[in-house]
Amino acid sequence: MLLFCFLVLQNLHAQHIPSIKAAQLTEWKNAENDTLYVINFWASWCAPCVAEIPSFLALHQKYAPQKVKVILVDCDFNRDLETKVKPFIRQKNIEGLVVHMAEKDPNTWVDLVSTEWSGALPGTLLVCKSKGIHQFFEKKFEDDELELAVQAVWKNK
Amino acid sequence: MKKVFALLTVVFAALTLSFQTIAPEAYGVGDKAADFNLKNVDGKNVSLAGIPNAKGYIVVFTCNHCPYAQAYEQRIIDLHKKYAPLGYPVVAINPNDKVAQPDDSFEKMQERAKDKAYPFVYLYDESQEVAHAFGATRTPHVYLLDNTKTVRYIGAIDDDSENPEKVKVKYLENAVDALLQGKPVEVTSTRAIGCSIKWTKK
Repeated sequence: MLLFCFLVLQNLHAQHIPSIKAAQLTEWKNAENDTLYVINFWASWCAPCVAEIPSFLALHQKYAPQKVKVILVDCDFNRDLETKVKPFIRQKNIEGLVVHMAEKDPNTWVDLVSTEWSGALPGTLLVCKSKGIHQFFEKKFEDDELELAVQAVWKNK
Repeated sequence: MKKVFALLTVVFAALTLSFQTIAPEAYGVGDKAADFNLKNVDGKNVSLAGIPNAKGYIVVFTCNHCPYAQAYEQRIIDLHKKYAPLGYPVVAINPNDKVAQPDDSFEKMQERAKDKAYPFVYLYDESQEVAHAFGATRTPHVYLLDNTKTVRYIGAIDDDSENPEKVKVKYLENAVDALLQGKPVEVTSTRAIGCSIKWTKK
């Protein structure tokens, strides 16, 4: 009975993290719409990534009505999804923003994000094809740098 | 006119310098790497030229704390055991700032090298000059050098960091094997995910 309750509770808490493959990156980059995709690549063990997550959440909350879509692409190992990533996502209140990169060989998708990216985490792509926006940042955003970077490309849109 | 020229030279030099500090991948494939002299975990300094019987070098920027570096640790040990006798030893370099990442201090490097019985040199790039010169950005980040210290391959060790048993393409081994056989390296660079190098805050 206890085990049953435990399993039910576990289930209630378990959230689904969509997995993506390389093709999804191309889809976002080529989307024919007027949405700015802010695609951040992170991992739960990456200290600078974790430090900048609140600014992505704040960006989402403030700019979602202005067609800014924040996507946090988790690059943790598959084996850490249940034990580390899901608890982390709950704790940071970023359910709904996170997808998991299921592609195993980064060499097949890092260049799709940007040829400027060496693969070091964190990295962030701002992209909106119809407005000709494609900007990559291999860095951790400090303070209001993320919002300023978005404002720089996404004003009066 | 001379003054203008001198001024332009200064501006150009300043621009070049500022680009150098941000430019990733300072060495590309085909570039000749400068030798260096860094402290090994045994306390002795090591330079490439001082490594005996080397036909080339597998230079790996790596560290203690990064899960990707840890995932590759055994594979780096195995690489050295396989290729050092063939003339391609692993030269591991930790470029991380110890303030930004205390787990990557020289003392912690010594502990890890001892615990895991590293068969290769594990060097401390405290000034980060070597990482800057190579253009390393993450750990692990591999540079394969031939006998003239020319960079022949840059990138990942293989195509599956998480599961060594599921690896399909051993990018680095393929490159070393090609050099050993005197053949051209087919895949000369690959991308990999890794931990960003923890640069010293200035």
